Amino acid sequence: MAEQREFFNRRLHSLLGVVPIGIFLTQHLIVNHFAVYGEESFNTAAGFMGSLPFVLLLEIFIIYLPILYHAILGVYIAFTASYNTKKFGFFRNWMFALQRITGLITLVFIVWHVWETRVQIGLGRAEADYSLMEGILTNQFMFWFYIVGVISAVFHFANGLWSFLVSWGITQTPKSQKIASYACIIVFFAISYLGVRTLIQFAFGV
Amino acid sequence: MAEQKTVRFIITRQDSPDSTPYDEAFDVPYRKNMNVISGLMEIRKNPINAKGEKTTPVQWDMNCLEEVCGACSMVINGTPRQSCAALVDTLETPIRLEPMSTFPVIRDLIIDRERMFDALKQVKAWIPIDGTHDLGPGPRMPEKKRQWAYELSKCMTCGVCLEACPNVNDKSNFIGPAALSQARLFNSHPTGEMNASERLEGLMDEGGISGCGNSQNCVQVCPKGIPLTTSIAAMNRATNIQAFKNFFGSDNAH
Repeated sequence: MAEQREFFNRRLHSLLGVVPIGIFLTQHLIVNHFAVYGEESFNTAAGFMGSLPFVLLLEIFIIYLPILYHAILGVYIAFTASYNTKKFGFFRNWMFALQRITGLITLVFIVWHVWETRVQIGLGRAEADYSLMEGILTNQFMFWFYIVGVISAVFHFANGLWSFLVSWGITQTPKSQKIASYACIIVFFAISYLGVRTLIQFAFGV
Repeated sequence: MAEQKTVRFIITRQDSPDSTPYDEAFDVPYRKNMNVISGLMEIRKNPINAKGEKTTPVQWDMNCLEEVCGACSMVINGTPRQSCAALVDTLETPIRLEPMSTFPVIRDLIIDRERMFDALKQVKAWIPIDGTHDLGPGPRMPEKKRQWAYELSKCMTCGVCLEACPNVNDKSNFIGPAALSQARLFNSHPTGEMNASERLEGLMDEGGISGCGNSQNCVQVCPKGIPLTTSIAAMNRATNIQAFKNFFGSDNAH
């Protein structure tokens, strides 16, 4: 496997983007969506996630290490492409470019988001509850920063799911790839709705 | 007699592999049904640029003149394609000719496509049949398979797919779509199949199939309409299965 390091790394990168990172993203936005049902409902859901057994190990092996690996290799991938959407304005070429741009935006967003929430909670300066997020998102600038960050992350996941299906050789024919495109568009809108709806709840209380 | 109609060509020229490129314009006498190559031949006959100055004839590569050899690829009005199949009557004027930017320029419009042939070596895009004795006839090929494999065999290593691919550039070692599809062609052949794993190992080496980022420009620009992205996805599946066989062990990992 040593002589096929690049192949192994790229396949691991593709796998980690869906399992566990994509699954975590979906789960995270579903749990957050409990905020829409009220402050108490969100605190119960967040409290449940926070009291899972081996929570720190789960965080390290399902969230931090996979994201770190995916991000470092991802930045390298994004900067080794020579973007040519101006010359070749095909739909998939735009998706190719957007996949890399949203990846970089998502990385900036995640670093800030983790610093502002998980790190502050870890240092004992904040509690993982409704009021923490309400405090952040009632700031107009932070609200829009979160909107851009969440939509970028969901786009990167939905479009990444499409390339995952190709990279693992599941969708081969143009027809199956086209149907996968439609399926991923539905995934994008459904998960974006969860994320954006939650942000509106925290920011405006509606 | 009416004044001779002319066609303006604006050509990106380069005197040597390391010199700076520059544009030069030419007014070529128009003939009915002329293609870009017959325009270049006129310039070679009478190398005088649009300013009326004598200059060196423009150099370009060509061979078959019927869009099967791939040698005369260049960027014509922004689109990489074969100059033999580019009819002047169908092009907007002035006609802009540039060498394909993915490849090193040797002179003017001549580029060096050696990297494509190196890529074919990496994936062993041939069928080894030479031996010390006659091996007899090979196994037959199902007709349905022959039909799609024939489409893949139309590849002429012209380099247009590499020119369009955002992942083929100086910063990456990706070998490009053409060789990935050729590995599939030879793996689909009943005799070539016997060395299938060697080609898959070539695809899994540095610069191989994992360099594909699914921008799918290749399939859009291929002058032969080869289903390159289907080939890439098929080889993705085959290399993944090969990787599992190699790691976990299999009697069919040969």
